[in-house]
Amino acid sequence: MNITNKPLIVVENLYKGFEDGEVLRNVSFTIREGDLASIIGPSGCGKSTFLRCLNCLELLDSGSISIAGVKISRSPGQIPDEKMLDIAHEIRSEVGMVFQSYNLFPHKTIIENIMLAPMVVKKQPKDEVYDLAIKLLEKVGLKGFASKYPSTLSGGQGQRAAIARALAMNPRVMLYDEPTSALDPELVGEVLQVMKDLDAEGMTQIIVTHEMKFARDASDYIIFMDKGEIVEYDDGDILFASPKNERTKAFLRHFVNTGVA
Amino acid sequence: MKKFSILLALILLIFTSASSLEAQELKELTWGGDSEGGFPYMFSNPTNTDELIGFEVDIVDALAEQMGRKPVYVNNAWENLIPGLNRKLYDISINGLEVTPEHKEVVNFSIPYYKTFLQLAVRKEDNSIKDLEDCKGKKVGTLKESYAQEILEEIGDVDIKTYNVEANTYEDLANGRLDAAFFDHPIALYSAGFNPEIKFIGPPVGELEYAIAIRKEDKELLKEVNMALAALRDSGKLREIYDRWNLWTPIMAAEFNDYSPSKIEASRYNEWSETHRPELTFAMRLERYKDVLPAFGRAAIVTMQVSITAMIIAITLGLTLALARVFSPKWISSIATIYIEIVRGTPVLIQLFFIFYGLPSVGIKFSPFWAGAIALGLNYAAYEAEIYRSGLFAIPRTQWESALALGMTRWQAMREVILPQAVRVVIPPITNDFISLLKDSSLVSIITMVDLTKTYGQVSATYYDYFGPGIMVAIIYLLLGLPFVRFARYTEKRLAAVDKDGKHGHRENIYRSSARYI
Repeated sequence: MNITNKPLIVVENLYKGFEDGEVLRNVSFTIREGDLASIIGPSGCGKSTFLRCLNCLELLDSGSISIAGVKISRSPGQIPDEKMLDIAHEIRSEVGMVFQSYNLFPHKTIIENIMLAPMVVKKQPKDEVYDLAIKLLEKVGLKGFASKYPSTLSGGQGQRAAIARALAMNPRVMLYDEPTSALDPELVGEVLQVMKDLDAEGMTQIIVTHEMKFARDASDYIIFMDKGEIVEYDDGDILFASPKNERTKAFLRHFVNTGVA
Repeated sequence: MKKFSILLALILLIFTSASSLEAQELKELTWGGDSEGGFPYMFSNPTNTDELIGFEVDIVDALAEQMGRKPVYVNNAWENLIPGLNRKLYDISINGLEVTPEHKEVVNFSIPYYKTFLQLAVRKEDNSIKDLEDCKGKKVGTLKESYAQEILEEIGDVDIKTYNVEANTYEDLANGRLDAAFFDHPIALYSAGFNPEIKFIGPPVGELEYAIAIRKEDKELLKEVNMALAALRDSGKLREIYDRWNLWTPIMAAEFNDYSPSKIEASRYNEWSETHRPELTFAMRLERYKDVLPAFGRAAIVTMQVSITAMIIAITLGLTLALARVFSPKWISSIATIYIEIVRGTPVLIQLFFIFYGLPSVGIKFSPFWAGAIALGLNYAAYEAEIYRSGLFAIPRTQWESALALGMTRWQAMREVILPQAVRVVIPPITNDFISLLKDSSLVSIITMVDLTKTYGQVSATYYDYFGPGIMVAIIYLLLGLPFVRFARYTEKRLAAVDKDGKHGHRENIYRSSARYI
């Protein structure tokens, strides 16, 4: 954690609900450039929804989100207009997202998966994008997989390819929604390693995860969410060693007892 | 064979050049008939199936000559001849049309050109039936919904068997399934007059009058036709035609007040009985099938043209409907839904009739080809729309989300990610639909188009042979559909190959017990 870095993501008073009730209640927090933040919490606590709100896959109900100087804000009951949707789109192009089930495009090869968005969205020339894609494949350890189809990859390879695809858009921040939950245990390490490497390069990353050990060891910040609220957030080691809130304690005790952390 | 085709080409050349010369001088007289109307009225020449012959064809030719006009034939199904006349498909209609009160309500009739009666026929050795009264308690075959059927019903107590095809009736009479057959005299004559196993018995029954149908408003034309018919009668030209066809009967003699003996030979009738008397050998049949191949070839082209045009309409309109249902505001989407439900909920045959015969009454008139292509296209569009929609919905939501997350606009995500995958999903069912459209295109045969199905009817009615031509036409349909069947299989295989991780589909049959799943 580098205190001197300026805030990259500022979330204020974020509310989000669906037909069956409120999912996020008054969430506010700040992430600095280069931070790696992990979001932990019991299932259904709203951590995935929070992540999806950050890149506007779900439009917030009220509050504001500012990412790299692009700010979307909405007052309660406000009908979203074209302008708001344009901002949402602008935010999405600053944010890379990796899903639990990788969601590679099955009709395209790995390198086509990576090249598609830069060519379509940014209109970058094909040669340039190709070189970039080859570099990214090397970075995530998938050299030689360029012309393979997603269905032929293992889970860990697929997830690394998905990370390379998101990186190709040169995002200011990477979001991961339980990136290792669908993987066999022996494949988890290779994906986490990529994230550690990116952290070392100074990439800002937010990870929703159940990998407590990774969260504790690699994160600058840990955010504990429960029932749609941020209960506690602090430095990884501090939060694990001496949680202040009772709910945090109860949650972490469960993991200590089962031997995960 | 080669010599024959050269000869044919020569005849065609002469024929077409002669008729094109005439065309410049003469006004056309279009006339509607059914090439499957049956002998001796009008039918394909057994020795050259492209030629339409029959005593009514001769009458029209003589009539047109008398009127100084050029006859142009328009084919239509017999039961649609009068609707077709009022739809202005042709100027006059002639094909054994009886002057009945129902018909008189919708069209005018000329003076009758032919009068005939009903003829009873029994097996040669059967002496138990002398007239209609003797038919009580016996099995009598006749044409479905005909005047003859009415008369049999009036007698009562007769076991009436109705047929669609005359030939089958006389076959059943000969082999003992029927005790008698009761038909219009010309049909009886041409079906069994030359059959040594069958004899005609009893006096003429009833009276049938055939006349030319003309639209109510065409008063001038009616007058012209009547004058020409009278002139043909008085000059003896009509009688010549009847003599040639062996159709001059005492009733006609009384009608024309001409009791003189026939001066010319019944050449047409003799030809007919010659071609029908001998039992055909297998080789002769094969030779005959070879002769009708060109007709089937032309018909196959018509079938393909209609099918492909209809499919293009179906695919483009279907896509529009699907996009309207998925992406448009609610009210547009519900219009699309209503269209789809109406089209899928009503028979395509009714849609075809409505477009061809119904729409002209509100001023929208299509040629038979376009009516057929549009009707089939509009119908299949509803099905294609549902295929597209389910194709779009078959792509997991997460694909859409990850495309948007990469910064694509909705349109870019649709174009680059969703549609290419959806297309793969929908190609096999769309190809399958084309195969069934190919078969449904046989419906256009009822709106005057000479497609494969119509040609089958024509050829079979001519030869009294529904077996061989039936197999031929089935094979042609199969061959036309085969490339598309293969294409559908191929795309299905490719699709399964992409998904070989087992998430979506599988290419092998896992349901039959195999080594893998015991």
